[in-house]
Amino acid sequence: MIINHPLLGPRDSQEFSYLGDASLLDRPDWHDVSALQKFHDYLYLRDNPAGEHRELWYHEAGDRSWLVVTRNTLTHEISKVELAQDVADRKDHKK
Amino acid sequence: MTQLNRLNGGLISRGSPLNFTFDGKEYAGYQGDTLASALLANGVRLMGRSFKYHRPRGVIASGSEEPNALVELRTRGRQEPNTRATVTELFGGLSARSQNRFPSLKHDFMAINDRLSNFLSAGFYYKTFMWPAPLWEKLYEPIIRKAAGLGSVSLDPDPDTYEHGYLHCDLLIVGSGPAGLAAALTAARAGARVVLAEEDFEMGGRLIAESSSFVNQSGAEWVAGVLEELGALPNVRLMKRATVHGAYDHGTYGVVERVADHLAEPPAGTPRQIHWRIYARKAVLCAGATERPIAFENNDRPGIMLAGAVRAYVNRWAAAPAQTVAVFTNNDDGHRTAKDLLAKDVNVSAVIDVRHDAPDVDGAELFKGAQVVDSTGKLGLESVKLRLSNGEIRTIDCGALAVSGGWNPNVHLTCHQRGRPIWDDEIAAFVPDTKLPVGLSVAGAANGVFSTAAALKTGMKTAKKALLDLDIQAPTVALPEAEDSAMNLKPFWFVKEGRGRAWLDYQNDVTVKDVRLAHQEGYKSPEHLKRYTTLGMATDQGKTANVLGLAVMSEMTGASIPETGTTIFRPPYTPIALGTLAGSTTGRHLAPTRKTPSHVWAQELGAEFVEAGNWLRARWFKKPGEKTWQETVNREVTTVRSRVGLCDVSTLGKIDVQGTDAAEFLNKVYANAFAKLPVGKTRYGLMLREDGIVYDDGTAARLAEDHFVVTTTTANAVLVYRNMEFARQCLWPELDVQLISTTEAWAQYAVAGPRSRDLLRKIVDAEFDISNEAFPFMACGEITVCGGFKARLFRISFSGELAYEIAVPRRYGDALIRALMAAGEEFGVAPYGTEALDVLRIEKGHAIGNELNGTTTALNLGLGKMVNRKKDCIGQVLSTREELADPEGLRLVGFKPVNRTDKIVGGAHLMNKDEPTDIKNDQGYITSAGFSATLGHSIAIGFLKNGSGRIGELVRAVNPLQESEIEVEVVSAHFVDPEGDRLRA
Repeated sequence: MIINHPLLGPRDSQEFSYLGDASLLDRPDWHDVSALQKFHDYLYLRDNPAGEHRELWYHEAGDRSWLVVTRNTLTHEISKVELAQDVADRKDHKK
Repeated sequence: MTQLNRLNGGLISRGSPLNFTFDGKEYAGYQGDTLASALLANGVRLMGRSFKYHRPRGVIASGSEEPNALVELRTRGRQEPNTRATVTELFGGLSARSQNRFPSLKHDFMAINDRLSNFLSAGFYYKTFMWPAPLWEKLYEPIIRKAAGLGSVSLDPDPDTYEHGYLHCDLLIVGSGPAGLAAALTAARAGARVVLAEEDFEMGGRLIAESSSFVNQSGAEWVAGVLEELGALPNVRLMKRATVHGAYDHGTYGVVERVADHLAEPPAGTPRQIHWRIYARKAVLCAGATERPIAFENNDRPGIMLAGAVRAYVNRWAAAPAQTVAVFTNNDDGHRTAKDLLAKDVNVSAVIDVRHDAPDVDGAELFKGAQVVDSTGKLGLESVKLRLSNGEIRTIDCGALAVSGGWNPNVHLTCHQRGRPIWDDEIAAFVPDTKLPVGLSVAGAANGVFSTAAALKTGMKTAKKALLDLDIQAPTVALPEAEDSAMNLKPFWFVKEGRGRAWLDYQNDVTVKDVRLAHQEGYKSPEHLKRYTTLGMATDQGKTANVLGLAVMSEMTGASIPETGTTIFRPPYTPIALGTLAGSTTGRHLAPTRKTPSHVWAQELGAEFVEAGNWLRARWFKKPGEKTWQETVNREVTTVRSRVGLCDVSTLGKIDVQGTDAAEFLNKVYANAFAKLPVGKTRYGLMLREDGIVYDDGTAARLAEDHFVVTTTTANAVLVYRNMEFARQCLWPELDVQLISTTEAWAQYAVAGPRSRDLLRKIVDAEFDISNEAFPFMACGEITVCGGFKARLFRISFSGELAYEIAVPRRYGDALIRALMAAGEEFGVAPYGTEALDVLRIEKGHAIGNELNGTTTALNLGLGKMVNRKKDCIGQVLSTREELADPEGLRLVGFKPVNRTDKIVGGAHLMNKDEPTDIKNDQGYITSAGFSATLGHSIAIGFLKNGSGRIGELVRAVNPLQESEIEVEVVSAHFVDPEGDRLRA
């Protein structure tokens, strides 16, 4: 697969390591009253959609950016690639 | 030597005769021959035995689709089984052998299977070898394994090299027939970057196999002209002997280029094959079509061939398959074969056409509406039996039968991304799905367009359209006047007459009967049919068989072929040698070998090395006179405990953490607190996974308010860095912190033992006070050594002794270790390796990977208090889960053998004294064990249920694998200096 890195342009997926569902960006608040349950769900409950999936890729053999890649798991079509830091920043501002 | 069936003309170099052997017998051929064409020219039709029934077999095709003529090439390390004779280029001295026969091809004992065919039908193995179960492993499997399989492999290493290559282009063209060459001309003239890949060793596809593709010139002439133009253009890369084996994601194609397969051995410095990964913005599939046979009784005798293949042998290779040939066809294409044979003065004994309205034939007897119902000939075809349209039976003598059942477009690459071929009634064949891999389009025969004129036109048009998508305007190319005839095919798949076997899949010996049986037993879907009968599951993936199998099944079910199902193909298009996929990553080259800056120094001292990940670490430094490694390790341990030792710890992961929020960041990634760590101090840190399990430990040294140096274990250096980047970018992007891995930038040495300070005083420049008061336990700082060289000093101890770690930029590593050795001579210094390091840390109960094994928590390790509950950090919340926080759970403790001469084995499980040895009574396990030179007996650490509450208790350490069991005493894991006085001295 070719991942269109926001800073470096098209790169072969061999340069990346894969983590999984981008919901890992949504780490719960440790102070929350139901933190235990929320962390459990955060860590173990993932969707495994046949279709569009937002997922985390790490450019390990490159600039070491974490990316959020929107990929169709059926066709491998990649419709969007963002720097995870930008996505996380936006979440942070919404808090 | 006479080449009995060699004709005039052809594209072979008669000026370059070549000698070769087949089954030890010498033959002659020419440059430009394949092994198959040369054997045919020499009158050899019998080339192999079939897989299951050991039937005599000859070549049926002229390309990579060949199911029958599989031979073994070369010898020793280059021995290569199951090579298709049709794609094996002839070279001088080639030695080829037939396969799957004993003692010889003509007399094969296992041919008895053919007589037993009634018992060996589809599902035979499933039905027969069901019981008794124990016989499977001992009797059935060894016999089947011996009987099955075709060629044999040599166990010698392959002496050749294989490489991987990468190419980028605007347009990749797969196949160099009329469509491919027209596409290539179009794109080349437009200035696009073009790669043209052809699996054959000559470009041209069917153009060099046919006699009358063009009106005014021969196919070979036109091809030569086009190649001359393309070859001169810098934007075109012509790749012969290059098979595009798969269409992968986003325009990536896998290609195997056989660089030196056509030579006795590769020239020096040349790889045997190259695996190319081609990144193509657009691609056009011009892979042509594969002819399919018609099934009839005994249709597998040597000499029965595909009609198009016969034309290729006659026209391109000037080799007649026999002196007298008959033709069996359901379309006009078969008639071309008769015409070409006659043009070369080969006797055509009959043209048998299933169509009642077949066109006339000049020079041969034509049987309209007739069918071939049987054949004779023991090791090669002698005659065929016909049923004429009036019902009469007639026997026709012939040494070869050219069969044409129509053509199947080579849709393989279009299926590689879930595309399912669509049935086209017009040509009675599957054509590519409309849903193609991104960037791929199809032209010519691969798209079901069979005439030369149409192939040329669609090749050009398809290329133009693909380039337009890339904003490249391509010119219209003037194409030569070419044949544009129709095939007029009457779908006809198999002759229904006869009670014998009619083959569909030659390689796996699947017959019409087997498909009937599958239907009868309920295996009707193509997926079931395939698995039950093994139809299409041989190395040729059923290129000539699959559609025929579907046709027979559709006849049984009464449904049409498209209703019955379709067949898809997976990569690779043709088999690939594993060596090609491995490329140069074999043996020691599988992964890089990492050596520390003082590797040569360690070698000079006779160090024995051990692999730690990709690193090589000194295991011990044996001195003259030492007889066993244990003796050496004991000395090294004693040296550290009594004097001073040096250990290369450069392999530890090192991460530089900088920024105003560096301390806050470390608070998040370590379980314990770092925010208040003063500058000039180091702290041991524990890292958890988010699930609360410990995964790494190390130290963090604060060199400045906004600057830390973090170490990780050697094994987890990459993982820790990845996780820290994840924490920085994805979890806490608001923190001002930057990370960089500096593992390779620093050489680092442990200086350990009571004399370590004395030694360092001779190395560290005088302005730096390293007295116990000025530089106490856990101090760190930036210093200079040996007269002004930058270094870092950490007072940390893994051995439990007064100890330091000293780091210098890697280029000074070798110089530093030699300086340390020289300075330490008066104190009795000795280098120590990983084995002594291990004993020293077991004596102190320090955990390493054996203890941080992915199942243990800080609580298990006896470090529960390190997990700070007053801050957020990775793993903190989930480490409080009930099961993980069990107060009676596993605890890290030490063990001593009750009988001091007993040896404790790592991995042994712990059982209570009076309980049986079983999983229910399991109390824990030993993680690390070794001989303590300090205490003079075996010691161990490990996890025991409620361990810290059981000090003094006796338990059993059992090792069922070696049927050993010893009694051990539970003790504190701190065997040496439990108060820690030595390291603070």
